[in-house]
Amino acid sequence: MKKLEQSSMRFDLQIIASWIEPGSKVLDLGCGEGDLLHFLEENKRVAGTGIERVEAKVAQCIERGISVLQGDINEEVLDYEDDTFDYVILSQTLQQVYEPAKLLQSLLRIGKKGIVSFPNFSHWSIRVQLLIRGHAPITKQLPYEWYDTPNIRVITIKDFRRFSKKVGFNILKEVAINTDHHDRQGNIVKFLPNLRATYGIFLIGR
Amino acid sequence: MSEYIEHDKNGISVGLVEKKFFTFAEPPDELILEGGARLGPVTIAYETYGTLNADKSNVVLILHALSGDSHVAGYYSKDDRKPGWWDIMVGPGKGIDTNKYFVVCPNILGSCLGSTGPSSINPETNKPYALDFPMVTIGDMVTAQKALMDYLGIRKLLSIIGGSIGGMQVLEWCVRYPEMVVSAIPLATTTKHSALAIAFNEVARQAIMADPNWNNGDYYFGRKPNLGLAVARMIGHITYLSDESMRLKFGRHLQDKSDFSFNFDADFQVENYLRYQGTKFVERFDANSFLYISKGADYFDLESQHGSGSAVKAFSKARAKFLVVSFTSDWLYPTYQSKAMIQATKKNGLDVSFCEIEAEWGHDAFLLPNERLTLLVRGFLERVFEETRTEQHAF
Repeated sequence: MKKLEQSSMRFDLQIIASWIEPGSKVLDLGCGEGDLLHFLEENKRVAGTGIERVEAKVAQCIERGISVLQGDINEEVLDYEDDTFDYVILSQTLQQVYEPAKLLQSLLRIGKKGIVSFPNFSHWSIRVQLLIRGHAPITKQLPYEWYDTPNIRVITIKDFRRFSKKVGFNILKEVAINTDHHDRQGNIVKFLPNLRATYGIFLIGR
Repeated sequence: MSEYIEHDKNGISVGLVEKKFFTFAEPPDELILEGGARLGPVTIAYETYGTLNADKSNVVLILHALSGDSHVAGYYSKDDRKPGWWDIMVGPGKGIDTNKYFVVCPNILGSCLGSTGPSSINPETNKPYALDFPMVTIGDMVTAQKALMDYLGIRKLLSIIGGSIGGMQVLEWCVRYPEMVVSAIPLATTTKHSALAIAFNEVARQAIMADPNWNNGDYYFGRKPNLGLAVARMIGHITYLSDESMRLKFGRHLQDKSDFSFNFDADFQVENYLRYQGTKFVERFDANSFLYISKGADYFDLESQHGSGSAVKAFSKARAKFLVVSFTSDWLYPTYQSKAMIQATKKNGLDVSFCEIEAEWGHDAFLLPNERLTLLVRGFLERVFEETRTEQHAF
């Protein structure tokens, strides 16, 4: 039963969930309808809270018994005291953040550890679209046209590693994944991840 | 708050209910009020719905706003024209499910709908108190509610729910009796009235006091200040709606006519609506109660009364899990006031959820049928109820 539930969750969330110690305090930034928090509460007894901007998604979280705040993640993180959480999660949202350095610093102020996942912009299919066809790439992971995309930051797995040195945080663990079937299934990419992985997932610390 | 009471469209109701009374603080053990005055005896009217479970862990306390009463749901008799004021939310299978929870709703101290207030008989004079009634605060209302809970043998409240002035009482409960409150749902409310809210209340009070029949509050044996109270109610109704809701509901439509009357009759629908609401209100509400309750609400300041001016400090006393709800078009208690509350709860590491519901109906939105609000309340209550059970097992 538990396994079934796990595989119905996005594959990157399955990896993230596996990194979280049972019983910890977790904040999920941009938690959507609360799939990850729900899973963590059911299976790892975490005390979870989410922040989500869209009213309908917030309402869905509360209806299913998840604690969630409606608001802008960049502002909401400012109210928490230092070390409030064991983990702060930012899954598939970094590419939409206006001031990523500032947000990641807040994340590691209020959380002892951070978990960040994002679509890898140097995946071969993106490179091919740019190189051969010469148009702004559209993929399953980044499905928008250039004129209506919420994804304002172009990040690759390599770039994130460089960014960690610049901003001054540590990468404690990293996994590159390749996903298929609506991102529900996937596999871990060890060989040439920056070229072959659709997502990068990083556990970061101070 | 306004009255939107309608029969449940699915015909589901908690059924016949009865108003009960609890009297305490008999002299010489009067209730000592925040202002220092003594008041006694004190009667609190209340109603209950559903069944108290064996370990008394399923109590939901509903607290009403300025003009509400203990009659939150159901009917007094088979011929009753209307159910209680929140019948859409409270009943079998509804947002606050009376099959699961034991719901208590007391009428507030200072009201005229069953509980002791300025229209009650002063035992010293055998006449209505009128302005001899001492000023009662939100804190005093809560003290009286606590006495009722003691009387009912209730030591834990699974949840306290209230909108507007009812929400202020919810917040007061959370910091005054933190060990009793498992969870709290403050709706469309604030930790303190803004100058704008006080200003509207003051105009409403002035309308009552300017009515010659008000007679310094001493009108119980003669003509009542009905005009003043009606105008006060009209002002209230403007603040409960919004620019958008009034535009949609009335626009500039004329009432039963195609042209202006060129006199001061109610030409516009909105004029007619306000006059109707005002006239209807005086049939059931006491002008002095309006003065006392509105002033008590203006005095409420959770931050200064419980945190020396700091919201963070005030909420440091609270232990409850919170669900805070505001409405986009509420300009009486705008969302920024709920956000300030949330900021303080977050800084205290409290478990808090917040949703700003998109609604065009202004402050009154919390009383109107709203599927989203119903689902939020239901989901939150189910969660906290379940959590109390697992926590009990853990011990």
